[in-house]
Amino acid sequence: MRFRKLAYPYIIWISIFIIIPIIMVLYYALKSGEIAGFTLDNFIKFFKSINLRVFYNSIKIAFVCTIVCLIIGYPMAYWISKLSLRKRSIMILLVILPMWMNFLLRTYAWMNILATNGIINNFLGLFGMEPLNLIYTKGAIIVGMVYNFLPFMILPIYTVIEKIDNSLLEASADLGATQMQTFWKIIFPMSLPGVITGITMVFIPAISTFEISALLGGNKINLIGNVIENQFRVVGDWNYGSAISMVLMAIILIIMMITNKFDSSEEKTGGGLW
Amino acid sequence: MKILIILILSVFLLSGCNNKTIKGEKVYVYNWGEYIDESVLKSFEEDTGIKVIYEQFTQNEDMYMKIKEGGSTYDLIFPSDYMVERLIEEDMIQPINMANIPNIKNIGKEYLNMEYDPEQKYSIPYFWGTVGILYNEKLVDDKVDSWEILWNKKYAHKIIMMDSTRDSIGIALIKNGFSMNSRNLKELEIAKKDLIKQKPIVRAYLVDEMKGQMVNNEAALAPAYSGDAMDAMSENPDLKYVVPKEGTNLWFDAMAIPKNAKNVKNAEKFINYILEPKNAAKIAEYIGYSSPNTEAVKLLDEEIQNSQVAYPDLSTLGKLEIFKNPRDINSVYSEIWAEVKAADF
Repeated sequence: MRFRKLAYPYIIWISIFIIIPIIMVLYYALKSGEIAGFTLDNFIKFFKSINLRVFYNSIKIAFVCTIVCLIIGYPMAYWISKLSLRKRSIMILLVILPMWMNFLLRTYAWMNILATNGIINNFLGLFGMEPLNLIYTKGAIIVGMVYNFLPFMILPIYTVIEKIDNSLLEASADLGATQMQTFWKIIFPMSLPGVITGITMVFIPAISTFEISALLGGNKINLIGNVIENQFRVVGDWNYGSAISMVLMAIILIIMMITNKFDSSEEKTGGGLW
Repeated sequence: MKILIILILSVFLLSGCNNKTIKGEKVYVYNWGEYIDESVLKSFEEDTGIKVIYEQFTQNEDMYMKIKEGGSTYDLIFPSDYMVERLIEEDMIQPINMANIPNIKNIGKEYLNMEYDPEQKYSIPYFWGTVGILYNEKLVDDKVDSWEILWNKKYAHKIIMMDSTRDSIGIALIKNGFSMNSRNLKELEIAKKDLIKQKPIVRAYLVDEMKGQMVNNEAALAPAYSGDAMDAMSENPDLKYVVPKEGTNLWFDAMAIPKNAKNVKNAEKFINYILEPKNAAKIAEYIGYSSPNTEAVKLLDEEIQNSQVAYPDLSTLGKLEIFKNPRDINSVYSEIWAEVKAADF
């Protein structure tokens, strides 16, 4: 019990850097330029405006990005966990390595790869092909997002699979299960906490990003992050910008609650966010 | 309760970090990115002993927000025409004591007393230019002389539009024969429809990255500020710049002193210093934009002086309009741009 005191700095930290800012955002969201007192005007304005469509587009793109990350990330995490210890460390290092570099730089690198006179089109040119229109498309945004957020999918899944007790797999083999059956009946259900963490960790940054859509999408496809950025930086309507941020936070919270529902395992295997 | 007290205390502690003690003479300058020859800043410091604290912004609205929110005080800012107008209206800049700036005599008469500051009380012109079409001769085989070409499907995915509310809507307006400062909702609706119609063939909406795209032959056509065009053309000889026959926007960037400036005297010294013909010429040479400083222009290369891009004979161009602050209709402009950006393509 006496260790409880040690948590105070943490409580102060959380209050200053998380709770107070959120309260401030909420306060701004409930205020409107001319009107005294609180109002829901900013929220009403949002749900009536074209930005609702932008929001829908953002969810769609973030969803596609998460699915692609899962399709690539799960087999990769599974494969890495089956390697020998030495190879495993190298592979994990390779997954983390790109994250050491600033993610804007990595996105700029993708601009060079996808450009009309870029690496891919130069390569296709060798075979006499016309340059493809790769950059400034929805596809380019997805590629940029998947590249940037894939490690957040691989790592939690890997951590969970790696911790699965080998004796369970041996028991399963003893009882005559095929490898396929072992995977679907044992490994997959046990890896779900990692999958859910991965989905959350990819979906949240993907839905709120604004640099990737600006750089690789050529500002043609506005995501909700761009709209919020624009409200704060250019239009100067902090109240409206805060209201959109609150809606975004609410949606993320709902999604987290839904994914949490699927995470039914009583005992956490570690590596999960919750 | 204890926690609350600690909390409040720490907030005060954190916010107390702002009060710097000021030693020596300083001037806080807030300018556009890459918009001065930094060696001039150095020589100013050496000649006057005043330290220049130099910061940069990327668009008028950023700068406006920074001034409006307070927090940091600048002594000298570089807003564009319509922003000068807005800052005057909102009482955010102060009249400049022109007696302290004798070098204003070097500015050509034709650049003074413009509509945005009719009495030349609040601002001093820094650079000016036009907006035209920058295009790549090798990639475009039609004659480029009208804004219409930016809507030509032949050049799908090779057209870059400006990611700028005023500029893009202005182009769509003037293309249809309306004023670039239109406040007529019907005309604005037509401009909006035109921009949405154009979206499927637009490669991207860019501002600063446009130059790189044009220089590297990635795109064929783009509306551009004349200064950027000069710069891009010097790097890629296939690029040409044209002011369309329908007319265009004539723009000015000016110097102004915010209301809450602390070192007004130093700001005035700084303005006077960069209006010195040799300094102004140095800056003009470095950034390649058109200087209103006629004495300085005389010091530039003949080739630049005679360039029809940098120093065009304004009487030969079509209708020229200076942007006005759209005041109450500001939100209509942002709404139109939001709809263009949200449109499918």
